[in-house]
Amino acid sequence: MAQPATPNSGTNGPIDGAWVGRSIERVEDAALLTGRGRFIDDLGTRAGTLHAAILRSPHAHADIVSIDISAARRAKGVAAILVGADITALTTSLVVGVKAPVECWPIAIDRVRYVGEPVAVVVAADRYLAEDALDLIEVEYRARAAAVDPLKAIADGAPLLHDGFPKNVASDRRFHYGNPDDEFTRAPHRISIDIKYPRNSCTPIETYGVLAEYDPGEDAYDILANFQGPFSIHAVISRALKVPGNRMRLRTPPDSGGSFGVKQGVFPYIVLMGAAARATGRPVKWIEDRLEHLTASVSATNRATTLSAAVSADGEILALDWDQVEDCGAHLRAPEPATLYRMHGNLTGAYKIPNVKIRNRVVVTNKTPTGLNRGFGGPQVYFALERLVQRIAVTLNLDPLDVIRRNLVPAGSFPYRTATGALLDSGDYQTAIEKGAREGELNELKARRDEARAQGRLYGIGYAAVVEPSVSNMGYITTVLTAAERQKAGPKNGAQATATITLDPVGAVAVHVASVPQGQGHRTVLSQVVADVFGLKPKDIRVNTELDTSKDAWSIASGNYASRFAPAVAGTAKLAAERMKAKLARIAASQLNVESSDIEFSSGFAVSKANRDNRIAFSRLAALSHWSPGSLPDEMGSVIRETVFWTPPELTPPDDNDHINSSLCHGFIFDFCGIEIDRTTLEARIDRYVTMHDCGVILHPAMVDGQIRGGFAQALGASLYEEYAYAEDGSFLTGTFADYLLPTAMEVPDPLILHMETPSPFTPLGSKGVGEGNCMSTPVCIANAVADALNIADVTLPIVPARLADIVRGAERIHLGAGAPAIAPKKKTGRNLHGEGSAKVAAQPQRVWNMLLDPQALKSVIPGCEAIQKISETQFRADVVIGIGPVTGRYRATVELSDLDEPNAVTLAGAAEGVLGFGEGEGRVRLESDGNGGTLMSYEYDAAIGGKVASIGGRLLDGATKVIIGKFFVALARHAGGAAPRRHSLLARLRRFFRIES
Amino acid sequence: MKPAPFDFVRAESIGEVLDTLSQEGGQARIIAGGQSLMAMLNMRLAKPAVLIDIMRLKELDSIKKTADKIFVGAGVRQEQLLSWPDLVKTTPLIARALPWTGHVQTRSRGTVCGSIAHADPSAEMPLVLLALEGEIHLRNSRKNRRVPAVDFFAGMMATTRGDDELIEGVSFPVRNTKCAFREVARRHGDFAIVACAAVKTKTGVRFAAGGVADVPTARDWPALEGSALDDALNAFAYELEARDDVHATGRYRRDLVRMVGRDLVREVLQ
Repeated sequence: MAQPATPNSGTNGPIDGAWVGRSIERVEDAALLTGRGRFIDDLGTRAGTLHAAILRSPHAHADIVSIDISAARRAKGVAAILVGADITALTTSLVVGVKAPVECWPIAIDRVRYVGEPVAVVVAADRYLAEDALDLIEVEYRARAAAVDPLKAIADGAPLLHDGFPKNVASDRRFHYGNPDDEFTRAPHRISIDIKYPRNSCTPIETYGVLAEYDPGEDAYDILANFQGPFSIHAVISRALKVPGNRMRLRTPPDSGGSFGVKQGVFPYIVLMGAAARATGRPVKWIEDRLEHLTASVSATNRATTLSAAVSADGEILALDWDQVEDCGAHLRAPEPATLYRMHGNLTGAYKIPNVKIRNRVVVTNKTPTGLNRGFGGPQVYFALERLVQRIAVTLNLDPLDVIRRNLVPAGSFPYRTATGALLDSGDYQTAIEKGAREGELNELKARRDEARAQGRLYGIGYAAVVEPSVSNMGYITTVLTAAERQKAGPKNGAQATATITLDPVGAVAVHVASVPQGQGHRTVLSQVVADVFGLKPKDIRVNTELDTSKDAWSIASGNYASRFAPAVAGTAKLAAERMKAKLARIAASQLNVESSDIEFSSGFAVSKANRDNRIAFSRLAALSHWSPGSLPDEMGSVIRETVFWTPPELTPPDDNDHINSSLCHGFIFDFCGIEIDRTTLEARIDRYVTMHDCGVILHPAMVDGQIRGGFAQALGASLYEEYAYAEDGSFLTGTFADYLLPTAMEVPDPLILHMETPSPFTPLGSKGVGEGNCMSTPVCIANAVADALNIADVTLPIVPARLADIVRGAERIHLGAGAPAIAPKKKTGRNLHGEGSAKVAAQPQRVWNMLLDPQALKSVIPGCEAIQKISETQFRADVVIGIGPVTGRYRATVELSDLDEPNAVTLAGAAEGVLGFGEGEGRVRLESDGNGGTLMSYEYDAAIGGKVASIGGRLLDGATKVIIGKFFVALARHAGGAAPRRHSLLARLRRFFRIES
Repeated sequence: MKPAPFDFVRAESIGEVLDTLSQEGGQARIIAGGQSLMAMLNMRLAKPAVLIDIMRLKELDSIKKTADKIFVGAGVRQEQLLSWPDLVKTTPLIARALPWTGHVQTRSRGTVCGSIAHADPSAEMPLVLLALEGEIHLRNSRKNRRVPAVDFFAGMMATTRGDDELIEGVSFPVRNTKCAFREVARRHGDFAIVACAAVKTKTGVRFAAGGVADVPTARDWPALEGSALDDALNAFAYELEARDDVHATGRYRRDLVRMVGRDLVREVLQ
């Protein structure tokens, strides 16, 4: 552990030692560890509160033909059901972050664009009844083709999501800094890499929660939500609810079960529940469940990037060419496309690269809309940049660390202005790397690699050097606009932070900030910071971090994101405390008959430095404005409450040439790791992970290490386990934690954490953000090690062992069983399932044929068919109940016969839709006389399944589908007077099953 | 994520269980440890009209040992079996495989028979029951019957249990010959991508794989070695008709059957 330095404490801190920089016990923990945390779902609700449940789209892209809520409306306990038309009547569209004729609603309006998009909200007496009613809503969809992959979505002929986004492109901007084209022409090497960064999320243990109330008398909303900021979104919400901001009171609960950015995405549901409260005239509560959260809360962006570098012979990067295609999902929700622009100033990473060209495209696809997520744009950028650095080293036969070193921003050149406009505040990257390599024993790790390789093991070392931005410039997002558009819209910039210090009548100190902590421990750190200013102990300071927008000081930058607490909020609390201290010093001076410059605050007293016996208790001094305002010095005013707003002057708006200082602070991280790939399981085992951080002044060492460990764990998940996976048809495949895999304590190794401290000159405490860095550095560090271990050029996250099989082992051994043909791998697309089988039926083909066209016969062979209706000679509609094990669902199905070749062959096309999802398939059935009065029936089918059951049961789905289709043909054979089907392993088992049953 | 309404019967006797099953048939579900069923209820994948809780029935709550068998009642929790002192001596394969079932928290609720009734193709207990050639003891209000494991698992979460039948217990032959078990999953405690068991037999080896086909599948082989063993494993791997999903590919599953299989068979034949 590095010695925490406190450069400011020498001048401003108390004599009796600084609290800042010590790992004091967290004030938050006693309540959290004894079950006394107050999370949103724990808080009491008013009598008469209703509970909401949301019906969500099973389709990635479909028109809503009709919604029948009549049965649901009559269900027990139901107060109201809101569909798209109700929401458009009560609210206006959410603002969209680019200039385009596009609307963005919190619920589907006539069309669904992603799996999980809200379609209806049921408000009922309790959540159980609300969910019972959901099952009774009948929605008819007409499916559309889906655009899922961002590169395919912008190709000619791709399905369009919004008329206002031609070719699904919401924004297409090009940027030039320096002379990149010249450098690419001149440089001896052009080295490129193509990246597809996957979708993932940080999945907090607590899901979204909203409790909304509407007062028609004052036309005002009062909403409690576990929203985390930024509070610029408050303006988006109040606008959508059609009230001025002062009639949209937004409060946050005392405790949060984590956010990592994700809780920003609750805001569309604030609008939705606000509208529900208004419609019902009652408070409405909604707690998101896990399936809703994984399917449809929010996600980090996936991004396709092509990055090229103009490189000299010795590995110097002369220019970069970025082509980024950002996938924001189905709607461009505020503050997107911020993920893409947050890193704009530091697209050159830790390197001195004067020439940069960029093309940024923002694309919509049929996936969940994206939003804030730990790392926010950093993982996507650094994965490309640091993979490229590794490729440069391999291509030019250089040591990767030498390529990093050759290109670093020179020590001593800070503050350093990057090509794209960031002002790197401070750092010494060279020293950090040398210290990291030395203390992390890089040489010894290299020896381990050599030894492992000598034994034939697959072992690699990866590196990553990363600049970690913190305290976002509220104006960076306007870089998506052209200079002319920005001119028209007016400037946006800065990062207002606020803190309030209050003295009560017994002189106790209370602190309030608008930082909305999500478990980090802000209250503890603020008590340290303020105690140091006043010469008190942390336990003398009480900190409240709940936020109430109708009572507290806040601004648009308020909230918990962009790693802004330590650099901005804690610093602002220090400034507020110092301003109050200066006033208290004047009061003390008048009480003690000395000059205020002679006053010092120490050990609970204001003391005359000249005569230390001349002193007054802090509490007495602090209470004076309450009890005896008349004894204050003239023109002093009352010293009871001090609120400071602070915004750094360095955060200017983008200039006319699109230079943007996107963040105030820039920490530095140097990571390296050794990884071995197991020859049997192909799992990547992390042998050692070293992470060296310079986050400026460390306020609380244990919390900083906690942040690093947490970020590392989530980054490890992103590297090896986690992906919000979609099928090609847009079905969502990872709706439970059995399929969206989080690393547990078993999977996360203990990283070696190293520190150095280069204070930021731009923040009051010299500190910088630290919580997001490993989300940026670790995935690419791990990928670089895997690339080194396997000597491969492309590494796709997450590094799923099965995907390495072809790389490590080459072609698979073929099947040479006796008499059995080799099984050709079936080409699967998305959730498509192909199957075939045959059955012997003891009836003539004509009889079997007649059955296929007879609704009553079909009824008895379609598994679970309860009713069948003939629409035409070749069309049927059926109600079926399908059960696989305990999983049972009711479906409305249509069956259509085509390509009739009586009595030889027919094609059956079917589609079914129900609460658990939908399926459609087509099969060709062939009937052949066996010459003995019987029929040989063979069939081949393709089926696709989507919706809820695909999201949560993907592992079992293909097998289940085969069972159902198999059942159909078994029943057909049996009904036709048939013998059992011919031997097929699955059907053979079914045969046993049916024989026993009948 | 709230279950649909259902009636709850906390059975006081096996007779009550069987009567309820015969009245309700497929509309009723037995709930024991609830580690699979509760999630399905909450997600409304399963909507039984009646849940029958059997965990108050003392007569189902025991592990009984005879000369050649151990009988595990329907109420026996996985952790209870794992901590049974005679387990390693009588059925070492269970002692090796059971720690792979979920986590200690889920094992302390989940039952051995519940896992077998659920018939998840990736689950360890169905695989072990098949590898050891155990039997399922079924009972309805009219009769008892025993079904060998090979005839019980009918497909993906499908068994040959009648709707009116209760699994009273399962029996494992005492088989303390050499055995081996190994499982590959993405994380510790996850559903197996491939789970393999090998047991030494009089004529050679019995090898079983789970997580690949719709049901756990076993083969009896003579004491194979070298390329004969590799050939047998390769053919077996293909016969399982492995599929791709988000966690693994068919090829990867076949590779694991070949590689883990070779290790396990060699281990027990040594």
